[in-house]
Amino acid sequence: MALDVDGMMKELRGTYVSGKTKSYEWRVSQLRALLKIADHHEKEIAEALRCDLSKPDHESFVYEIASMKSSCQLALKQLKRWMKPEKVKTSLTTFPSSGEIVSEPLGVTLVISAWNFPFLLSLDPVIGAIAAGNAVVLKPSEIAPVTSAVLSKLLGEYMDTSAVKVVEGAVPETTALLEQKWDKIFYTGNGKAGRIVLTAAAKHLTPVVLELGGKSPVVVDKNINLKVAARRIIGGKWGCNNGQACVSPDYLITTKDNASQLVDALKSELEAFYGKDPLRSEDLSRIVNSNHFTRLTNLLDDEKVSGKIVHGGQRDKTNLKIAPTVMLEVPGDSLVMNEEIFGPLLPILTVYKVEDSIDLINAREKPLAAYLFTNDKRLKEQFITNVSAGGLVINDTILHLAEHSLPFGGVGESGMGAYHGKFSFDAFSHKKAVLQRSFAGDVPARYPPYTPEKLKFLKALLNGDIVGLIRALIGW
Amino acid sequence: MEEIVARVGKNLAELRQNFRSGRTRGLEWRKTQLRAILKLVAENEDEIFEALNRDLGKHPAEAYRDETSSSNYITESSCLGLLSSFLPRFMAEAATVVLVGKLPLLLFPAKAEVLPEPLGVVLIFASWNFPISLALDPLIGAISAGNTVVVKPSELAPACSSFLARIVPLYLDNKAIKVVEGGSDVAEKLLEQKWDKIFFTGSARVGRIIMSAAAKHLTPVTLELGGKCPIILDSLSGSDLKVAVKRISGGKWGACAGQACIGIDYVLVQQKLAPVLVELLKKCIKTFYGENVKNLNSICRIVNKNHFERVCNLLEDPGVAASIVYGGSFDKQNLLIEPTILLDPPLDADIMTEEIFGPVLPIITLNEVEESIEFINARPKPLAIYVFTKNKTFKEKVLQETSSGSVIFNDTMIQFICDGLPFGGVGQSGFGRYHGKYSFDTFSHEKAILKRSFFLELEPRYPPWNGFKLEFIRLAYNFDYIRLLLLLLGLRRRYTSRIVI
Repeated sequence: MALDVDGMMKELRGTYVSGKTKSYEWRVSQLRALLKIADHHEKEIAEALRCDLSKPDHESFVYEIASMKSSCQLALKQLKRWMKPEKVKTSLTTFPSSGEIVSEPLGVTLVISAWNFPFLLSLDPVIGAIAAGNAVVLKPSEIAPVTSAVLSKLLGEYMDTSAVKVVEGAVPETTALLEQKWDKIFYTGNGKAGRIVLTAAAKHLTPVVLELGGKSPVVVDKNINLKVAARRIIGGKWGCNNGQACVSPDYLITTKDNASQLVDALKSELEAFYGKDPLRSEDLSRIVNSNHFTRLTNLLDDEKVSGKIVHGGQRDKTNLKIAPTVMLEVPGDSLVMNEEIFGPLLPILTVYKVEDSIDLINAREKPLAAYLFTNDKRLKEQFITNVSAGGLVINDTILHLAEHSLPFGGVGESGMGAYHGKFSFDAFSHKKAVLQRSFAGDVPARYPPYTPEKLKFLKALLNGDIVGLIRALIGW
Repeated sequence: MEEIVARVGKNLAELRQNFRSGRTRGLEWRKTQLRAILKLVAENEDEIFEALNRDLGKHPAEAYRDETSSSNYITESSCLGLLSSFLPRFMAEAATVVLVGKLPLLLFPAKAEVLPEPLGVVLIFASWNFPISLALDPLIGAISAGNTVVVKPSELAPACSSFLARIVPLYLDNKAIKVVEGGSDVAEKLLEQKWDKIFFTGSARVGRIIMSAAAKHLTPVTLELGGKCPIILDSLSGSDLKVAVKRISGGKWGACAGQACIGIDYVLVQQKLAPVLVELLKKCIKTFYGENVKNLNSICRIVNKNHFERVCNLLEDPGVAASIVYGGSFDKQNLLIEPTILLDPPLDADIMTEEIFGPVLPIITLNEVEESIEFINARPKPLAIYVFTKNKTFKEKVLQETSSGSVIFNDTMIQFICDGLPFGGVGQSGFGRYHGKYSFDTFSHEKAILKRSFFLELEPRYPPWNGFKLEFIRLAYNFDYIRLLLLLLGLRRRYTSRIVI
């Protein structure tokens, strides 16, 4: 069935203009409907994720379903507060007056989702759009087709389809959508497509949030609990969609004299987590498709790194599985260090002094996340002040996504804008400034014809200079 | 052209290097630069007035009020506010100390905070109508956030542009702040470069070009555009109406002769009130600005021949010309157009479909004042809506049912000096905002930071997965600590998976 984008836009705009989506009751009803979807269809969703990504149920629960539910519950709990206007202090210069900032929806919005957390990354932004009172179209990724179909079916059943729609499809459908005039576009994916989205948005002056990625580094210092650090790195890397996450630890940096202990710790914990034959472990997601599988094996087979593999390297083409692989001392110009890995390969770079890692990181594009394992207070401060990334975590990985009081978003090549918690609501709102003035207290000095006396008065008033004000009035 | 390319490239490389060196990040550097801006304005006020007079015929009082007055810079979060304790407060942004109750157990113990950091090397395009303040206001924001900056003043205000190019290097740190003059060829070359932020004030047409160029480098932008900012005039008492008319006249013609982004574009009023309104406006215009185009005072001229002809052309449409009830004459040599009032020009004429940006005020009459809401909503979202009314219900209706950058009740233009309010547009009037702390924010990246300790490891986080671990996490995510405790003590029935493993 051909996609009637024009018809769809007309309907959505009509719904929005009717004011239906602005009411608190409507927003709450839709958020509750989303919760119902997660509650009643957990099995179906986990099944879809297993088909699309061989995602272990545990990961589906923690990283997709529970995360989405927690986001939805937070919005339901806080919505009244978020919707309240914010009072603003006004100064002597505009006295008497009162100011406030009113949050209003932007209108008809578009959410383009990614394939790696296809459930969460579709619905989390939609929660923000709905909480802020917008109509929304969701375009799930075609690279996770089963989840896309499930989303289309479930949202079709549970949501108010005059305001919330799912459009499935690939490049032609996405292109058709991007030609429309949206009031906001929220995109999760890679930098190349991000540029296409931003260029399309520019034609209509549409504001955009881009959640992209990058090479998120992990700096590992000495004199720390290496076992715990290793587990947290593994949990964040292979335990989270097998490295296919925007905030996945991409590469490690450690000092030359720490490298071998780190490698040993990683090997030991990897075996504890995934057994001696990780290709057979049920607890690892597979590589999403053969394109990415080929891309990753090319990185492995790059002659610059093939001799640097210290753990793993096994692959199973039929089942699209690659074992957790660690590489030591890879050259900075190898393929694996030149693109976001997005897979189960972990290069380790070594430096003489741990502080040098900061320059190494800053020589590259700003990543979405950066991680540091250390007990050294000074190094922590240096790292926090000098490493620019979307977000930083000290002594752990990826967990900052679970903290909804923290904005989640990138900077530079890793994106623009942020969401999660109230930031989602804000991302889909216009913050309208409102100033109320009274007719009393009109100052003649405001108006022409301008005279030197008026100028004196004006200067005093705008400077908050009470004495000057009185002088000007007397000299009048 | 090659020279321009080389110059731009060199500037940028220098700024990038100086940013990397950390030069602009310290509190002292930022304070020094902000103090220098204050000094620059205070010590060169006469020269600024002179330049504004040359470029726009702007009277010193208007120039003072709108461009150099310290209210632009001194109010709470601006220059001086930043110099005192405010800036350190911005930089050590509220740390959210997270308690167990708020965090899923999985995260305990943890500390979360947001640290604002500079974006890097930023580009500011200033417009020609308020050529000094639209260059310095964003510059203040960029500096207070710790960035290095290139300011590109508008070539349509050449005296101000050359003033800035000459004077800024004498006061501000040349290695971090540069002024680049030139026309669209220079702007094009600047746009080919990779910036960490672009701040643009100007028209929607150019805004699109800027955003498209920024898209190639994934550069975030703030676009301060314009639109047709309407006035809704409800029925008022005699004395209130007089005040309203003063504020309308002062706002329309007293701010760059209507050439302002938040400038009043047209008035919506109930039909029966129109005659009184027109009479009062006429009187006010004569008092404020003079009786005819030869004796105009206290009003800017049109910036250049192009815009002069553009506005005159708007009046040449026969339907429009027939609707002139006051004014309409012009002085081509001095690029002056007298304050002009139209009564019900045709709604499909250019003057009612384009932003006027000139001293012509159409009055559109309606049967009821409530119809103004539908009228406004049928058009692109403007930067501001001005409503003169004392009717609380109507105020609420306008607030709820229209969308604009801002809404001002019972005055005009004044939101510009209210630093607690974000200043920016929505829809076709732009996106992003500044003024006060919003200036700091707009040039910052808010970096999320989560600090964890090694102590207290939670096994259920890690594979190999099993039913126990899944149940643990499920309970932890639901903050269900009692059941969690039972589970840990072995007193809770082991989880049998709802999900087929």
